[in-house]
Amino acid sequence: MPAPPGAVHVHDAHAHHPALQHQFETMGQQLESATLGMWLFLVTEIMFFGGLFMAYLLYRVWYPVAWAEGSLELDILLGGVNTVVLIGSSLTMALAVRAAQTGFPRATVNYLLVTMALGLTFLVIKGFEYAHKFETGHVPGPNFHFEGPHAQQVEIFLSLYFAMTGLHAVHMVIGFGLLSVIAWMAYRRRFSPEWYAPVEMAGLYWHFVDIVWIFLFPLLYLVDRAHHFV
Amino acid sequence: MTTPLLPREHYLNIRYGILSWLLTKDHKRIALLYLISVTAFFFLGGFFAVLIRLELATPAGDMVSSDTYNKLFTMHGVIMVFFFLIPSIPAVLGNFLIPMMIGAKDLAFPRLNLLSWYIYMLGGTFTMWAVIVGGVDTGWTFYTPYSTAASNTNVVATGLGVFITGFSSILTGLNFIVTIHRMRAPGLTWFRLPLFVWAHYATSLIFILGTPVIAITVLLLAVERGLHIGIFDPALGGDPVLFQHLFWFYSHPAVYIMVLPSMGVVSEVVACFSRKNIFGYSFVAFSSLAIAVFGFLVWAHHMFVAGMSVYAAMIFSFLSYAVAIPSAVKVFNWTATLYKGSISWQAPLLFVFGFLGLFTIGGMTGLFLAALAIDVHVHDTYFIVAHFHYIMVGGAIMGYMAGLHFWWPKITGRMYPEGWAKFSALVIFIGFNLTFFPQFVLGYLGMPRRYHAYPEEFQVLNVMSSAGASILAVGYVIPMVYFLWSLRYGRAAGPNPWGATGLEWTTQSPPLTENFPMTPVVTEGAYEYSKREMRVV
Repeated sequence: MPAPPGAVHVHDAHAHHPALQHQFETMGQQLESATLGMWLFLVTEIMFFGGLFMAYLLYRVWYPVAWAEGSLELDILLGGVNTVVLIGSSLTMALAVRAAQTGFPRATVNYLLVTMALGLTFLVIKGFEYAHKFETGHVPGPNFHFEGPHAQQVEIFLSLYFAMTGLHAVHMVIGFGLLSVIAWMAYRRRFSPEWYAPVEMAGLYWHFVDIVWIFLFPLLYLVDRAHHFV
Repeated sequence: MTTPLLPREHYLNIRYGILSWLLTKDHKRIALLYLISVTAFFFLGGFFAVLIRLELATPAGDMVSSDTYNKLFTMHGVIMVFFFLIPSIPAVLGNFLIPMMIGAKDLAFPRLNLLSWYIYMLGGTFTMWAVIVGGVDTGWTFYTPYSTAASNTNVVATGLGVFITGFSSILTGLNFIVTIHRMRAPGLTWFRLPLFVWAHYATSLIFILGTPVIAITVLLLAVERGLHIGIFDPALGGDPVLFQHLFWFYSHPAVYIMVLPSMGVVSEVVACFSRKNIFGYSFVAFSSLAIAVFGFLVWAHHMFVAGMSVYAAMIFSFLSYAVAIPSAVKVFNWTATLYKGSISWQAPLLFVFGFLGLFTIGGMTGLFLAALAIDVHVHDTYFIVAHFHYIMVGGAIMGYMAGLHFWWPKITGRMYPEGWAKFSALVIFIGFNLTFFPQFVLGYLGMPRRYHAYPEEFQVLNVMSSAGASILAVGYVIPMVYFLWSLRYGRAAGPNPWGATGLEWTTQSPPLTENFPMTPVVTEGAYEYSKREMRVV
């Protein structure tokens, strides 16, 4: 949308908000631009993960038996706990954005810290899962070994498992770094109901990373559980 | 008439230090950083082309070994596609012009814009490193399983270069879309936008939807090569055709990344030098979007002989025909704009005439390739090589040259020498056709691509092609020389040397850092030439 007519004259006397960058006319225009930019970035992320989901889909159709065998190797308890942890972190993230929007900086900081703690919990649990795969030799590559007639195809499943959850974990780490910066800025009282765009952008990113996991968990852990109750 | 002088203060002379360039957030300076970088890559890619044509001057493979030849055409393709053609018009002209055309002070995210240039340079450095330590020989398509299981060249380093550079495209596309949505001057509605902006909007959609897919594909390729996992390797249970699908899902739309911005340039130049409103504005605007959308649905026409289902092949064949419709709409509309126009034969228009002819030939031969039976006959022959060079060089680079000449006075504040520019347009046109037309014939007669030796009966046509390539090279060196010359000796251009419409021409040349002294207000469409006096300086 074009800037409202009132903002035509750039160099008039009224004071600008200190966070207003020079290329924008108003804070509203700046926030709308940042929001649109973030959504577009998330679209690129969907396409980025999309290539992996495509590969997953193809080989799931080709090798259903190996997919079931591979999926049973994953720890459904740890995966389930992690799902709950991540959904919880999305709740606290949303509360952080709400607190920033309504002008409660201390609550913003606290909610962000809880979100980061939950994110860290997820990564630690994921780390234990990966470590277990290394112990049992289920890491694709030269040292991979798997008993059974479909070992090679299970290796493809586990390759995609590591590629998808690994890429997801990288996004979590980036999100953790992002939230530390935002929490520090919130602690320094940099946000107000007039300007809280960075909190909202970080929130969008965090929710996106959660949603990716919501797809990964059933596709990788639950794909063939219907026939094998734990 | 008074001779115009350069303005006292503009974006080029406001600061001089090296850091004022390397840390700039001004979209115009970033455009110039890109201009210098893509020009360097263009001449490097051209250097590899010269070696290819030298080898092919004789039937025997006598100048370089077959392994070296494989590296030559791979490096030519990788550099030209990923480091020149894709960033050329968007990152140079688009960066410079989009904020000016919409009456904004800058792009929405100036820091991301600078970051995108650094990412581009980092990707370029990786690829250059791969070239220096021995090159890569997979072809620019990196087909598996050759690239993951057989080739012992620097596939991973080159792939990483392509992966990294992709993110600079993504950031540029994202920046353009947000800017076009949110930064337009008051009164500048969507249907008053210059068609150059529409073309870049469509290009940016491809940037953000396509580029991430090639990124993940190259990443998987590197993982497979590093760990010997069978994601794409049939010997290990993987599917090489999956690689081709993922690769072309980006790399076919990438052709439209190259040619859509060029089409944007053509729309501006045609309207200006025929002093007419563009014929069928909304058709030209929407055909850009149609090309971007259809362009995503035709990728498998690169894979008709790859063992795909025949029904899928038929659908992709049909869709490939369909994408010709919006392209043809544009060509017809430009021709109708020229019809009964008051045409002035300036160099940018000569380049555009080159574009129209060559793009039409490239597009028509594309229809041959969309036909299943003919594609089987000419697949992987010089017919394909000729076809895509007519689109990428005859289309994309002709448009790039037209745009560089058209906006050179705005970018530098000085005129290029008109006579030399017309001469170079002619040399490029002749050299191009002599290089690539014989390749259509060669391909139809059955000469395959990517071999460094060939039967003797193909020599006459190959010598013609090599001779044409040397003329073409001269045609590209001439503008390089006179553009540099004009930086110092060119006559000052004044704000609007062409008498063109468009907000970028309402401000001084070179512009101020903030582009406009005050935000402009738009009250009319983009091409109201009928309201102007009929004069070109």
